[in-house]
Amino acid sequence: MATTSSWRQAGVGLIVPALLIALWQAAAMLGWVNPQVLPSPVAVVAKWIAYLLPLQPYDPAAGSWLAWAVSGELITDSIGSLYRVVVGFLIGAGLALPLGLAMGASQRVYDWFNVLVQMVRPIPPIAYIPLSMLWFGLGNPPAIFLIVLGAFFPVLMNTIAGVRQVDGIYLRAARNLGASGSTLFLRVILPAAVPYILSGVRIGIGTAFIVVIVAEMVAVNNGLGFRILEAREYFWSDKIIAGMISIGLIGLAIDVGMNKLNNHLLRWHRGLEN
Amino acid sequence: MSTAHIVVSNVGKVFQTAERDVVALQDINLEIPQGQFVCLLGPSGCGKSTLLNAIAGFALPTSGSITADGRVVTAPGPERGMVFQEYALFPWMTVADNIAFGLEIKGMARADIAAVVDKLLKMLSLQDFRNRFPKDLSGGMRQRVAIARVLALDSPIMLMDEPFGALDALTRRNLQDELLRLWAELKKTIIFVTHSIEEAIYLADRIVVMTYRPGTVKRDIMVALPRLRDPASAEFNALKRELGQLVMEEQQRHHHDELRMAAVD
Repeated sequence: MATTSSWRQAGVGLIVPALLIALWQAAAMLGWVNPQVLPSPVAVVAKWIAYLLPLQPYDPAAGSWLAWAVSGELITDSIGSLYRVVVGFLIGAGLALPLGLAMGASQRVYDWFNVLVQMVRPIPPIAYIPLSMLWFGLGNPPAIFLIVLGAFFPVLMNTIAGVRQVDGIYLRAARNLGASGSTLFLRVILPAAVPYILSGVRIGIGTAFIVVIVAEMVAVNNGLGFRILEAREYFWSDKIIAGMISIGLIGLAIDVGMNKLNNHLLRWHRGLEN
Repeated sequence: MSTAHIVVSNVGKVFQTAERDVVALQDINLEIPQGQFVCLLGPSGCGKSTLLNAIAGFALPTSGSITADGRVVTAPGPERGMVFQEYALFPWMTVADNIAFGLEIKGMARADIAAVVDKLLKMLSLQDFRNRFPKDLSGGMRQRVAIARVLALDSPIMLMDEPFGALDALTRRNLQDELLRLWAELKKTIIFVTHSIEEAIYLADRIVVMTYRPGTVKRDIMVALPRLRDPASAEFNALKRELGQLVMEEQQRHHHDELRMAAVD
């Protein structure tokens, strides 16, 4: 029963998108819009498949079948973008987590850093583009620098809040059981802060994904952001839309993955039922 | 030097707020022998939880001193295990991990911890819940885990702060009986805070009735009725009436104080 109704629910959700796509296709077929401005959905899908498939025919002499199968532009671009997101996010979160834990746990550390953090935090990472290119030139380094910035602050702010909001009753219970110092921190304060930290991680990855697209538009010559800007130069609007769809799909995949990780790490948490 | 297990002597506690000083406890003197089951009874605001927290070492008294097991209380510690009304289980740990936590801190060997945990799960009928998280347990089950977690420490003193206050009447009676069984078996000294007169009479060897602000000992009586006690018996109800009178006087003072404070505001 439950599966039937969930299928039905999913089906209901598809009606509006299907109608919109049908309307779009009709508009394209009836010549209401210039295909250069808005290509038909069929043309976009055809382009997306062409973008996905390898550019060269399969040649066994050149290498393995698998290497050939993933040699398509879309796959290379996606890997390029994901690499930057992953590296940038890991550096950004890796710096933010210890600082956030220290700022949350110690009023003195908080007082030392808070003013600086509050002054730098409102500057959007994108505003650093000119500086990042001056400092790091072109290629991956400026892009990764921007992503580090984008990931850093959400993780930092949520980690601070997570440590500060730990319910006093857990601290009392832990001290009563004999916990102190690093045991108290690692076994009680840190796990209690995990729900906050994870929501910071989620926001941080979202920001990193926005920033990577922008960074690729200015500093790099591959990746999904670069590709849709390149397509504009040639008026390939079908490829622009195909690229946007790919960005959306990867964003969705990241979100689903984060959700799974969340549910696993927070399986003890009251709000979650699996 | 007294030989009592817990000695509270001339204890006072003053909370300083912006407007005024609140005297929560004043001149409390108690000597509690080993193995006694003591209930601290009184309306809210009478300082019974403050006194328990002082004995636990969470908030030390501003005057006087408390010794437990011959040592002056200066900080919380596993030799005075506490069961909280809010359970205070660590939600990210399973039932077994919650019970094992205090033992891991003590540095006990893994195999020994496993043996203690097994014994306690059995003692409190929690075997089937070993790997559950607290969120999946009812209030009664959670409080069983909290009791097991304190028993694991094997401390001679157990402090309980309205532990059954949030439970329904049937679960409550069930856990009261369980606690009496454990107490008879393990011979712990228990200090149990409650505002339920019936609960105090049902459980305690000795009931300390406290006054509302400043918190002092209003009456200190021994309950001689044999266990298990029958709440419907004449003796039980005579005692209930007597204690009800005492608690009600303090409740009224609490009420008048609230009205007066509201008028000042």
